[in-house]
Amino acid sequence: MTGAWRLGLLLVTGVLVLIDMYLIFAYAPTERSMGIVQRLFYFHVPVILTSWLAFALAAASSVWYLVKRERVCDRLAYASAEVGVVFFTVAIITGAVWAKPVWGTWWVWDANGTLTFVLWLIFIGYLMVRAYAPDAERGRRWSAVTAIIGAATVPFVYMAADWWGGLHPERVTGPGAQGSLESEMFVTLMFSFVTFIVLFTALIAERYALRSDEDTIEELRLAAA
Amino acid sequence: MRETLRAALTIYAKDVRLELRTRETLFSVLAFAFVVAFIFTFAFEPSPQLIASIGPGIVWVAWIFTAVLGMNRTFLLEHERGTLDGLRLAPVPREALYLGKLLSVVTLLVTVEALMLPAFLVLYDLSLFNVWFIAIALAATVGIAAVGTLFSAIAVHTRAREVLLPMLFLPVALPLLIGAVTGAREALDGEGWDGVGRWLQLIVAFDVVFLVLSSLVFEYVLEE
Amino acid sequence: MTDQPASTATRSGHALELRGVSKTYGTTHALRSVDLDAAWERVLVLFGHNGAGKSTLLRVAAALVKPTAGSVTTAGFDADRHTQRVRAATGYAGHGTLLYDDLTPEENLRFYARLHGVPQPDERTGEVLRDVGAERWAHRRVRGLSNGMQKRVAIARALLHRPALLLLDEPDSGLDVQGQAFVETVVRAVADGGGAVVLSAHDPARGLAIADDFAVLRGGRIAATGEAASAAPDEVAALLSAPPINTSEGAA
Repeated sequence: MTGAWRLGLLLVTGVLVLIDMYLIFAYAPTERSMGIVQRLFYFHVPVILTSWLAFALAAASSVWYLVKRERVCDRLAYASAEVGVVFFTVAIITGAVWAKPVWGTWWVWDANGTLTFVLWLIFIGYLMVRAYAPDAERGRRWSAVTAIIGAATVPFVYMAADWWGGLHPERVTGPGAQGSLESEMFVTLMFSFVTFIVLFTALIAERYALRSDEDTIEELRLAAA
Repeated sequence: MRETLRAALTIYAKDVRLELRTRETLFSVLAFAFVVAFIFTFAFEPSPQLIASIGPGIVWVAWIFTAVLGMNRTFLLEHERGTLDGLRLAPVPREALYLGKLLSVVTLLVTVEALMLPAFLVLYDLSLFNVWFIAIALAATVGIAAVGTLFSAIAVHTRAREVLLPMLFLPVALPLLIGAVTGAREALDGEGWDGVGRWLQLIVAFDVVFLVLSSLVFEYVLEE
Repeated sequence: MTDQPASTATRSGHALELRGVSKTYGTTHALRSVDLDAAWERVLVLFGHNGAGKSTLLRVAAALVKPTAGSVTTAGFDADRHTQRVRAATGYAGHGTLLYDDLTPEENLRFYARLHGVPQPDERTGEVLRDVGAERWAHRRVRGLSNGMQKRVAIARALLHRPALLLLDEPDSGLDVQGQAFVETVVRAVADGGGAVVLSAHDPARGLAIADDFAVLRGGRIAATGEAASAAPDEVAALLSAPPINTSEGAA
């Protein structure tokens, strides 16, 4: 993507974020039982879904990289992992702040909560492999392997955590939208989804461009060496 | 396929011979396992009621940390001796190298686990001689080795190998830990297939998926 | 000697053909667009200072290292597509011995013979141990052997599967005069038996004495090639110590 495109995307993102803030804090009504803290819901749910999307993107590009060995795929996977780690971190923090007053516990170890945590750890592992690999080429290959193995564990984590939660009925399971959402709430949530997807895309585009520049610098340094 | 199996068994036989001669891995790993189990005695002040609920957890935490240590050593020894290149030079599919090392890891872990059983009996009055418990333990050990062998081949070449292996391995192995601990608790509660079955199925499915996937990607791990 | 290559693989073409082979580690060049041929029934010696790329070149030829760019054809097989065949056709002995210190030479060689799928591995092991003169030490742990003897066993390991192309990385290092004579015998036997040898050496006089052809590597590039008979050690030494093309040399 060219610079102009990326700048445009960033501007659109900025506008969307402002509108989203308005919707979340002014437009949507305060939920009766949970109170003001429920407004975190409009951050938490879209951010969690976007971070899962980041993982899916990283895993898919990793497979693609191992098959094709094209730097394009690796840059996309790396950018997804970097942005993904940030999104997962935000998802976990908002989740904790929301869960504590509502359910009296910082984190709910149901299938979704456990999976989110595991994927966050795998992404950190992904970035560590790259940082500690003896050379960049092996870092790219090994991190791709990490993402693929991580993706394969998803259904197992989900099932294991789900069954495990079923054995512990005293724990509350399933955050999210039980009961009916008021229409203002629904509109806000949908708008938030769109905003976070666009924000995610803009960040990926930025990181991707940065990776491209870094690769170019590496090539130039190689040519000069 | 036969060629792959033959090469894998050749590597396995070499590892067993080497270990029987030097005993450098088994004893150090076993000593570590005992220390972990011993420390838990004081960390939890185990009473019979407490052991009934956290016993399987203690067993599996001790085993899984021991496994991390043992798996790190398997490739570290090849790496330090420089013999990893000797394996990589062999005109055999890379799956063979993976399977050979996997067999060695499974043997090491099962041996350590078996030798730990009396320790759990003495320290916690926890009898683990239960068919379902053993079935779960064997299946979970294969899964641990399947993932751990792959990741230790990566970690051994990195600067932070002691940190990197658990960092990569433990999150992926979480379903195994959940399944093994919960399944073990069901088994020790006297449940049969009705309580243990689904956990055993989950673990075996995990084993199959990760054995296949890891042998497929091992090539990308070894390449230089 | 009984090290004639059993596989009379496509003897047309060269034993080793490198075309535009580059290998980079991060931002260092180990090899830069190397073109090199090694002929059948000849011995090619690679000269170069430490870090000139000799080791990487031999490791690329042995399919231990995948080049960043370029093509490698070993014994008529493309290293990228027919990697197993290349592995079967090459014997490699590098800086390490690739031996397990706590096993005996016999156990080591039997292991590698089986791993390489050598028919009758036990007989072949005995044969190779006799050839390298290590019979008397066959049942002692490698750990207790002298460096020279370990090196002989390491070369025996590379010969086990009767490779068509033998790759030796500084086989002379750590060897006494007898050991060096042994290397020469092995190298000649492989080349005269229809195979080919590529080895690396530090000392021009010594290298030229063994070789039929030579190549000089400098900073990952081929600086010169020629026939050993028509080159004087002084000339090669001059090529070696010519000012480096660049200040930063690639790692080996």
